[in-house]
Amino acid sequence: MRLDVILRVITKLLLPFMVMFAFYVHFHGEFSPGGGFQAGVIIAAAVVFHALMFGLYPTQRMLPPWVVEMLVPLGVFIYVVVGIVTMMLGENFLGYNPLHPTKPYYGQERGIIWIEVGVLVTVASTMVAIFYAFAGRGRKP
Amino acid sequence: MAETLINTILLTLLALTTIGVVRTRNLFSVVILAGIYSFLIASVMMVLDAVDVAMTEASVGAGISTVLLLSVLYLTKTHESVPIRTPLLPLFVAFGVGAMLIYGTVDLPPFGSAEQPINQHVGPDYLERSIPDTKVPNVVTTVLASYRGFDTLGETAVVFTAGIGVLMLLRRRKKKQDDEGGED
Repeated sequence: MRLDVILRVITKLLLPFMVMFAFYVHFHGEFSPGGGFQAGVIIAAAVVFHALMFGLYPTQRMLPPWVVEMLVPLGVFIYVVVGIVTMMLGENFLGYNPLHPTKPYYGQERGIIWIEVGVLVTVASTMVAIFYAFAGRGRKP
Repeated sequence: MAETLINTILLTLLALTTIGVVRTRNLFSVVILAGIYSFLIASVMMVLDAVDVAMTEASVGAGISTVLLLSVLYLTKTHESVPIRTPLLPLFVAFGVGAMLIYGTVDLPPFGSAEQPINQHVGPDYLERSIPDTKVPNVVTTVLASYRGFDTLGETAVVFTAGIGVLMLLRRRKKKQDDEGGED
């Protein structure tokens, strides 16, 4: 084999921390800079990193393109569902207060986390899908 | 004083990077220089206290775009061909637009001035109401998700639409290529 075994091992060590950091950026978005968008980009970066190190096909075996393409609309769907749930609880569309039965600010927190999940899913899967589309084309002769 | 110094250094480096991007013919170097440009812009945003924007710029501009451009380079040649004509007209247009933009900044209020509409309309309102309403310390998040949830929904829809558009364009091209391969 070539000498990139060090890179591969380091990649395997780094990937969990990258994904962990993305979740930190997401769930800590109310207290520190960041949020669903940034976290989604970091997750996409982790997937792309994996593809760069191990090749496109192992990555696509781990995360098939059809799953990624399903996730792109799923994020928007999650976002809209949060809005509809708040409407059914008697508030405006995307008014998060009733998401917690007694304390409105907990409701706000839950609403923020859930819509950011929607943003994260759409952003991450869109980035990965575009990368797959580019990288899957192969070099022209 | 220190802020002025940092800004001067960062903006000088930005200008140098831009000149580097324009002058270099090796596209690999251009991609890396564009990544450096994004990191410099992110640093400028940090100096301006817009940490969320800095984070987005660093992860999108320097991270994902660099990787996407590199994967494009993998598909094309890595050397930019020398232009056939001297680019005098584009140079003139660029300088003209730049001069107009600088002329436009002359009328702008001083940076961070509190009397301007942008700092008087809804901004102070959000700042005052954010903690009592939501108890979330990061006002950027509350503006983004609580007060402006509709806008963020639109933004997510834009990302979705852009992704679908790019996918459809690339997918169709790929299919055509496969067909041609079959005929050969």
